[in-house]
Amino acid sequence: MAGPGRKALLDPLFENNPIALQVLGICSALAVTTKMETSVVMCGAVIFVLTFSNFFVSLLRNNIPSSIRIIVQLTIISSLVIIADQFLKAYLYDISKQLSVFVGLIITNCIIMGRAEAFAMQNRPSLSIMDGLGNGFGYSLILLATGFFRELLGSGKLFGHTVFPLATEGGWYSPNGLMTLSAGAFFIIGGFIWALRVWKHDQVEEEG
Amino acid sequence: MQHSVGYTILFAGLICVVCAVLVSSSAVSLSEMQQANAALDKRKNVLLSAGLAQASDKLDAARVQELFRVVKPVVIDLQSGEAVPGIDPATFDQRKARNDPDASREAPPNNSSISRVPNHAVVYQVLNESGEMQMVVLPVEGYGLWSTLYGFLSLDADTRTVRGLTYYQHGETPGLGGEVDNPRWKARWPGRIAFDSAGQTVIEVIKGQAGPPEEDPHRVDGLAGATITSRGVTNMLRFWLGENGFGPYLKRLRNSRESS
Repeated sequence: MAGPGRKALLDPLFENNPIALQVLGICSALAVTTKMETSVVMCGAVIFVLTFSNFFVSLLRNNIPSSIRIIVQLTIISSLVIIADQFLKAYLYDISKQLSVFVGLIITNCIIMGRAEAFAMQNRPSLSIMDGLGNGFGYSLILLATGFFRELLGSGKLFGHTVFPLATEGGWYSPNGLMTLSAGAFFIIGGFIWALRVWKHDQVEEEG
Repeated sequence: MQHSVGYTILFAGLICVVCAVLVSSSAVSLSEMQQANAALDKRKNVLLSAGLAQASDKLDAARVQELFRVVKPVVIDLQSGEAVPGIDPATFDQRKARNDPDASREAPPNNSSISRVPNHAVVYQVLNESGEMQMVVLPVEGYGLWSTLYGFLSLDADTRTVRGLTYYQHGETPGLGGEVDNPRWKARWPGRIAFDSAGQTVIEVIKGQAGPPEEDPHRVDGLAGATITSRGVTNMLRFWLGENGFGPYLKRLRNSRESS
């Protein structure tokens, strides 16, 4: 793989993570990560939308009139989100019911429009696809890790399978209720950001 | 790059057309599957509430179809309690009807934040082999803490004894109000008596623990840390079993049972 493609794909994982460094897309990261199952489906939907929106925006970048470029990007993004939502409702009904409005809210996920405006408008389609995938994976990395801890500590399960038998069902584990609430995700994501900045000092913001 | 006004309008128009075609073709081509999913989901919840299936069962479309054979959906007129044979229960959408001014009426003041009551509702009669009604499953809805809870209440053929309560949609706090989904809490319901001897709806979710159904027939354990959701459950059951809900229909069932 060529240098810039590789960089576009891998940088968003740790070097320039959309959630941990840019602190974008937090809303859905709080909302859908109570369980692994919903986190995985949400990640899939975001990767799909982000990759294709980057691709189409990049394909049209020289033809989009700059006065209406934001609304053109939004039209493309919302079309993709609706299509993703329709597919989930048809093939993964139960999970789509749990995700409810949050699939639709991918439209307002800042990562997607941020990448369209900041990257796809300036770069060729192949590179933009890489950037879309990379940022999608960066987002997913945080979501899945958050979902892992929230489901495990909050309900003693992973993908719905009991790992820690709950005290209320005759086991030994008293679940941590904070983890099932959105606030719990703040602690976990905050922890990730901390750990990442201990590892990579250059991500620490200058004080003053 | 500067573009002319004409080009900008043409470009915007083209983008709209292309996106609209993509979106509508995906919606149209998938709508059949989505409707089938929604119908299946509803049937599943009727079966779960009636105790005809367990949440741990593998419920695919064929299995649901098979189990649902003993269930007879009936559209009724809520105010008179009579069956309305002219409406197909498979296509009747109660939530749509509730929001349609022509198919609903304003709800009297109630504690459940129910603002409109549909004129018609679908109930599900569970029949035995000889076609007699064994159980009736009623749709209930009402406000909890954050959200409207939608569910099904199953009553025995005597129309007084609860056989099950299942919620299929709500947005209550997971771990607190969300525990309405907990099988252990749901197991507290069967055997409770919803009405007292005078016909008043007395079923109540209390704070703390209630006794077994034989000793404490009208009360059910509250959900720990979810006082408002628990109260919401009480309120909605009282509303839907009362005069403005399924009261007239249940009275009719009782009368026909006593006369036969």
